[in-house]
Amino acid sequence: MFKKFITICMTVFLITLNAQAGSDGELALKKDEPKEIKDCFENLNKATFALNQSLDKALIKPLAKGFRNLPDPIQRGTNNAVTNLSNLITIPNNVLQGDLKTAFVNTARLAVNTTIGLLGTIDVANKMGFPKYIKEDYGQTLGVWGVGPGCYIVLPVLGPSTLRDTAGSFANVLGGDPWYNASAHGNNEFLSETVYLTSKALSGINFRADNLESIDNLEKNSIDFYASVKSLYTQDRENKIKNNQRGNIEVLYKDEEDWEEIDNK
Amino acid sequence: MNFKKVLFIFLLLNLINLHVYSMEPDVFVQSTVNRASQVLSENISKEEKINKLKTIAKETVDIRAVGFYSLGSARKNLNESQKQKYSELFESYFLKSFSSRLAEYTNPEINVKSKELISENYTIVNSVLVATSSRPEVKIDWRVYTKDKNNPLIRDLIIEGLSLARTQKEEFASILNSNDADINALFKALEEFYKN
Repeated sequence: MFKKFITICMTVFLITLNAQAGSDGELALKKDEPKEIKDCFENLNKATFALNQSLDKALIKPLAKGFRNLPDPIQRGTNNAVTNLSNLITIPNNVLQGDLKTAFVNTARLAVNTTIGLLGTIDVANKMGFPKYIKEDYGQTLGVWGVGPGCYIVLPVLGPSTLRDTAGSFANVLGGDPWYNASAHGNNEFLSETVYLTSKALSGINFRADNLESIDNLEKNSIDFYASVKSLYTQDRENKIKNNQRGNIEVLYKDEEDWEEIDNK
Repeated sequence: MNFKKVLFIFLLLNLINLHVYSMEPDVFVQSTVNRASQVLSENISKEEKINKLKTIAKETVDIRAVGFYSLGSARKNLNESQKQKYSELFESYFLKSFSSRLAEYTNPEINVKSKELISENYTIVNSVLVATSSRPEVKIDWRVYTKDKNNPLIRDLIIEGLSLARTQKEEFASILNSNDADINALFKALEEFYKN
């Protein structure tokens, strides 16, 4: 009960902070994203980023490398299973964003993959020709509803986020994620909070394993790795909120005049 | 031969030249990636590959414009000698960064799919990096500057919706913000990157 109270308080605090940050005219709760997301907690963020990098080098990257060495069917099965579980968050968000057709498709996908696909380890739906799966979350839904991103924030272990997206993540443990509800609160001998945390950890390791080379490459070729990660995270979220599969010019450049000014020189 | 005839032949020759040398942005991108792919698949050292990729980048990327775009509003505060120094440093930085990133790939297959005219001066060329057993398909879009139809130039690479030019711009802005907008701090960072 206390944990739930703390979670609610944190969510309300984050959303309120987000709304108040909007009062400076740049981070308002508005449909258009601000030109640049403010790094209000820059010093703390940089310290957390350094901590995450150390954690990555010491633990997450070696685990991801180990994961890469597992037989291909195990890697693919894990990837499919964690992706299948993410449907449980995507479907309510499809509904909240008014996309009932996709919610229906994803529900069918979840049903097919969980049953015929042996608890999601085999992506049968893909083989059956279902449309490409696109994840949605509560942060994206808040964005679709017009909530601005608020300040940029680096979370310990979890990495880059914004106040809006962090508030969205809290919705998962406030009843928004049926997988969490069943694991942590369900009266079920097979599921527990540990199972939930393990699935989340596997999801993180799977992501890291998929991006071993690209993250190394980015780090090696950046003159400010922290700023590169921040930029890529914010661009990715903007694309996801606008459901852009390819970059939209307006979203990408913000200041198209910048190019025009250079052209006119 | 009267003057009208000479003029006609002159115009005709001009049109033929224009037709021969004018290059469509999608053809330009496909030919550029084919050149890069060929280099990457050659049995030569990584250093040699990087040098060849640098030559291709110099010919096909509008490095000066990308540099000034990356500088953002700070470019307005530079004097001529600072602009000159920045252009030189940026070119060295860009060529090293760009070619090192590409050199990691071996024999990548990139296929141009479509193009979209976004303004008089810009076309976005859509392509895909074909999937292999170790990685999925990657969407790569190219922002091509087409003001000079005979000499199109790449101004940005947008990988899975993420713009390299914007990332670079925000990276440079972060360095300037952390150093009270002192351009020398950015010069130093670019120099250090190039030397290491």
